[in-house]
Amino acid sequence: MTVKLVYFAWVRERIGKSEEDLDLPAGVVTVDDLLAHLTTLGEEYENALQFPDVIRVAINQEHVEHGEPIAGAREIGIFPPMTGG
Amino acid sequence: MTAPTIRVQSTDFDLQAEISALTAGRKNIGAVVTFTGLCRDEQGALSALELEHYPGMAEAEMLRIGELAIDRFSLLGLTAIHRFGKIMPGENIVLVIAAAPHRQAAFDGANFVMDFLKTSAPFWKKEHAADGAQGDWIAAKDADDTARDRWR
Repeated sequence: MTVKLVYFAWVRERIGKSEEDLDLPAGVVTVDDLLAHLTTLGEEYENALQFPDVIRVAINQEHVEHGEPIAGAREIGIFPPMTGG
Repeated sequence: MTAPTIRVQSTDFDLQAEISALTAGRKNIGAVVTFTGLCRDEQGALSALELEHYPGMAEAEMLRIGELAIDRFSLLGLTAIHRFGKIMPGENIVLVIAAAPHRQAAFDGANFVMDFLKTSAPFWKKEHAADGAQGDWIAAKDADDTARDRWR
């Protein structure tokens, strides 16, 4: 499955791009699987996602937990905890 | 059902104009509470804040929070405006206006919206240091999660 990934704040800076379309292997089923898969793509991903517990994820622009299946996702946002307001 | 007014914009907002827009022609509103968040200079250490957001999701999440607040506190009106881009010390960052028949609902509504906005609306602040050094991303505070959780 191909999905659009969008990155924000220090996740974006560490990975070095704000978005990309990625082909995911069949074994990537949940958000957890996706984060683990991304860390295999290079040092910059490893650096951005080395503490997956603090990473927040949104599927189709809605917050999800890390156990959420990603099937049907058009866009997955990956970012640090929010600090607006 | 009252619909919240939500805006995400780079430009400043006018507090009085926003209050007037919310209350114009209304005779059932007895209380309007406003909250404005401003950029501090941190005792001169900070020259600006850079506000990044997730376009689309930021608006959607603010709308969701606004609808929750209207429903929970029976608000008669709600406006939430969040700026993005470079913001200098002394400038506005965020505005929340809650209108209700009585003061308690208006206070609670504005408070609720801010607590949820800080923890779930996709915005991130980066500091620019006064000495020109590349600043850090501001870390999320546990106190903000605690403030949100008291509404459970």
